[in-house]
Amino acid sequence: MRGRRDIIQPDKERRVRASDTEVLIPTSAAQAVEAFGDGRGVTVFAGGTILMPEIAYGRYPAGGRTLMLERAGLDEISGDGTLKIGAMARLSMLTASGVEPLASAAGNIADIEIRAQATVGGNLCAPPGAESPRGDLQAALLAMGARVRSAGAGSEGVDSIDEFVAGAGAEPRLVLAIEVERPRRAAFLSQRRPHAHSYAVMSVACAETGDAIRVAVGGAGPRAVRLTAVERALADGSAPTQAGAKALDDVEPQDDALASAWYRRSVLPTLVTRALEQLQGG
Amino acid sequence: MELNVNGVTHAIASPPLTSLLGVLREELNVLSPKAGCLQGACGTCTVLVDGEARRSCLMPVAAVEGAEITTVEGLGTAPDGLAPLQEAFHSGYAAQCGFCTPGMLMAAHALIQRAGGPVDREQVIDALSGHICRCTGYVKIVDAVIAASGGETVVAQAPREPEGAVA
Repeated sequence: MRGRRDIIQPDKERRVRASDTEVLIPTSAAQAVEAFGDGRGVTVFAGGTILMPEIAYGRYPAGGRTLMLERAGLDEISGDGTLKIGAMARLSMLTASGVEPLASAAGNIADIEIRAQATVGGNLCAPPGAESPRGDLQAALLAMGARVRSAGAGSEGVDSIDEFVAGAGAEPRLVLAIEVERPRRAAFLSQRRPHAHSYAVMSVACAETGDAIRVAVGGAGPRAVRLTAVERALADGSAPTQAGAKALDDVEPQDDALASAWYRRSVLPTLVTRALEQLQGG
Repeated sequence: MELNVNGVTHAIASPPLTSLLGVLREELNVLSPKAGCLQGACGTCTVLVDGEARRSCLMPVAAVEGAEITTVEGLGTAPDGLAPLQEAFHSGYAAQCGFCTPGMLMAAHALIQRAGGPVDREQVIDALSGHICRCTGYVKIVDAVIAASGGETVVAQAPREPEGAVA
């Protein structure tokens, strides 16, 4: 960045003790993995758009260690065919990449300032909030069949996004990167309230990679879900309307502060149908 | 830890997870960025970090160590040193209570710098979409930003006599 001094000593983990948490600021991915260890008692601090309000409102986990990834060198997007997205890549970088449906999903979140700060890793790992689901990128990543590279107890490894989302919270993992293929075709549709900062009520992403079309919905429940019945209907040659009618086979929408379960049940088949029509260029 | 704020370098004593907003207001007495919602949703704490608009309430100071921070005080000060954008807000009645104004100014300044020339209404609305004003209704704010960028506003706002006024 312009005007920024090199203030971190290379190969030397910076350690600053705050009043209630020890803050580690690794300067490489290897240091970050080492500092994370098995993840017990570690709060991973990515962009901070969720955690800073927790601090402001006195809800931040006291004690333990905070692993701030700002300078760990995890913010690059590289590769032509297979795209490797560093966990600290900002949402604005995803939008600029133009890789759909991820670019539209990222561009749909919050505003310019938040998108320049929030990260793909933080968004993927954000637990559901008390009032509504979070993590508006999960559906797009599920539709793309992304792979998640992470570290933690045991070793570094790669999980399918399906496995990662299903197992979220079971064992602490430090996300290092997300790998995706560029889909042949993709579509993204979101149902949201007018204010820029509202989480999406629901979002539907679909992508054709390889021979199949994958479809996923975010916001219907605590975490995004693949709509496999819709996918099977498409594979059998169903039109968007018939395939969209299967939208509720894989998900049981929930009530929350953004919308009622009834509303979501009423809207989701139409949202899926329209996304599929968009995918087909209709 | 050091921070350059409006061209002056300061040694920072606050703990690393203190928000940039907290450091500016509580430690450095830089008071233009306001503490509104403290969760990134209202926009009034917006400052420039290395020239780009950021929510200072969402930035831990450790993450911006060594960066150049610009606040409204770094744009210009009244009465004689106002920047063109501030002049446009002043002459266009784009502030009422003024609480959102610092964030509006910094986000608009960043937009005009990015654009490098006149901006249109759609660009301004997109750039200010995360900024909440509860007084003016945005029309004059958007007009002021367009005018400051050298663009043309749609309707010139002429003063009106109050209805029923007796001459």
